[in-house]
Amino acid sequence: MTVTPAGPSGAPAVVTRALRKEFGASVAVEGLDLTINRGEVFGLLGPNGSGKTTTIRMLCALMAPTSGSAEVVGLDIEHQGERVRERIGYMSQRYGLYDDLTVYENLRFYSTVYGLHGDARAKRLAEHIHTLGLDDRINQLAGTLSGGWKQRLALACATAHSPEMLFLDEPTAGVDPAARRDFWKSIYDLAAAGTTILVTTHYMDEAERCQRLAFLSRGHLIALGTPKEITTQFGATSIEDVFIELQRRDEGVRV
Amino acid sequence: MSLVTRVRLSRFWPMLWKEFVQMRRDRLTLGMMTMLPAVQLMLFGYAIQTDVRHLPTVVLDESRTADSRRLIGVIANTGNFQIVGEVASREALRAEIMASRASAALVIPPDYARDLRAGRTATAQMIVDAADPQSSSAAMSGAQLAAAALATQIVTERAALVPPLEMRVRPWFNPAQRSAIFIVPGVIGVLLTITLTLITSTAIVRERERGTLEQLVVTPIGKTSLMLGKLVPFMLVGYVQMTVVLGLGKLIFRIPTEGSIPMLYLLALPFMFASLGVGLLISTVARSQAQAMQLSFFFMLPNILLSGYIFPRVAMPEPAQWIGLVLPLTYFLKVLRGILLKGVVFTDVWQPTVSMIVIATVLLAVSVRRFRKTIE
Repeated sequence: MTVTPAGPSGAPAVVTRALRKEFGASVAVEGLDLTINRGEVFGLLGPNGSGKTTTIRMLCALMAPTSGSAEVVGLDIEHQGERVRERIGYMSQRYGLYDDLTVYENLRFYSTVYGLHGDARAKRLAEHIHTLGLDDRINQLAGTLSGGWKQRLALACATAHSPEMLFLDEPTAGVDPAARRDFWKSIYDLAAAGTTILVTTHYMDEAERCQRLAFLSRGHLIALGTPKEITTQFGATSIEDVFIELQRRDEGVRV
Repeated sequence: MSLVTRVRLSRFWPMLWKEFVQMRRDRLTLGMMTMLPAVQLMLFGYAIQTDVRHLPTVVLDESRTADSRRLIGVIANTGNFQIVGEVASREALRAEIMASRASAALVIPPDYARDLRAGRTATAQMIVDAADPQSSSAAMSGAQLAAAALATQIVTERAALVPPLEMRVRPWFNPAQRSAIFIVPGVIGVLLTITLTLITSTAIVRERERGTLEQLVVTPIGKTSLMLGKLVPFMLVGYVQMTVVLGLGKLIFRIPTEGSIPMLYLLALPFMFASLGVGLLISTVARSQAQAMQLSFFFMLPNILLSGYIFPRVAMPEPAQWIGLVLPLTYFLKVLRGILLKGVVFTDVWQPTVSMIVIATVLLAVSVRRFRKTIE
């Protein structure tokens, strides 16, 4: 199966309108209006429980919003969920690799699940393995890889089908600095090739690498802009200061 | 079939492929799945013998006549008892049983032959170690039958008439009354229960623990393909196990296959679905593989004890029978024994089949719903 181009060309990668999600009495995401442009590296930040994960799950069409709407790669998340999932990639800090499958088998499995098969799959996998420098390890069991290599393989699996949009949920948690640097290089390469990236992270140096950031706090969007704009808005010197300030506020501690 | 459905189901094959590659790698599970049929078969076929053969028996013969020796011979010939020695006194007899050197004792009083000759009722006594009630009851009835047969014979000889009554004891379906023939078909049901609840639930929980389930649901695989891909491999394993047990059972235990084997394989389906429903349900409740295992064993116990696998359900107190009524294994055992031992046709087993279908439908409806929720 070939990946068909997105709906209306030039449509933003993500558009949400008054997106809201309730779990019983508590509201996880409240009135979220967000637009992410194609090819953008967009950071979603916020303390634990701020609604990041819920937002990502809704955008991946895993969870229906309570109200409001959202389009991802030009498709409605509620009514075109299956098609949304064909065009996006997702990688979490847990990687989602099968430890008891080899590097190649993991890649083969995920690319097949995304509908690739036959010669197209073989060609795509060969390219991919080469680009990611996994050639020497294709027959190694994924469980025996080091953290950095696992991360690389997870990214390879999440992008085997050349998704238009990639969701990265704390992808660099627990990885050494060198591997993190390599990883971000891959992210920029993907973005340069036109892939839209949405990333959540707890590392503030990574947040500074995003083109634009959104800060969530208790389900509300409280800041949106380039890292520079946001630091200025909060009168802080770095994104880290902004984050700590917000976390204090969330925890009800007066600064 | 619409294009969309076809695309969705095409995602099922990679799941199936992946599942078998993983199975091959997972030595422990692989070992469990291949060794279990053999171990279960040997364990339940050989070790659990509810029929009594060669019960070690001592004899206290105080009569010491041709008549008493004849009685000893008849008892020994039943095959239930193996005469291991003679004792000279009641005390010695008691010591033999206390020391477990003998499980039974035949006591023939001094006036046995005299009473017999005088036309009075002669008595002999069979003492059985009743610590194991099952073997002792079988032994006692065996002895009584033997004695009754002998009595008839003696009456016939004395009166020199044709026997007034001839009672031929001829058990059906399991003429040798071997428990293996009763137990081995049940091994199939127990094995399938283990594979489809324990191994299936731990396999699903493992995916959740490792985060691969989370990864799978964001792919376009679809919840149906995901579930089918996770469940179907274990059904195939179940059929392989069933075939192995049937083959070994025939080879080693000479289990008859009176009925239609294709029908047996077909009627195994609702049972498998019901067991998969339990496995899926356990996977939605258990937080870890260890919990899934515990829950599965918790489910196995009533299956082994109350389904009629070893102990007859009619002999159980009523509440225990009610529990048995909701266990799919209870019905599958009827189907298994019916088809294999009695050669029944479908009209004989439609009732347990319907029961299995009802249980499977309810279990799957509940578990599929719960499972869909957990992967949202």
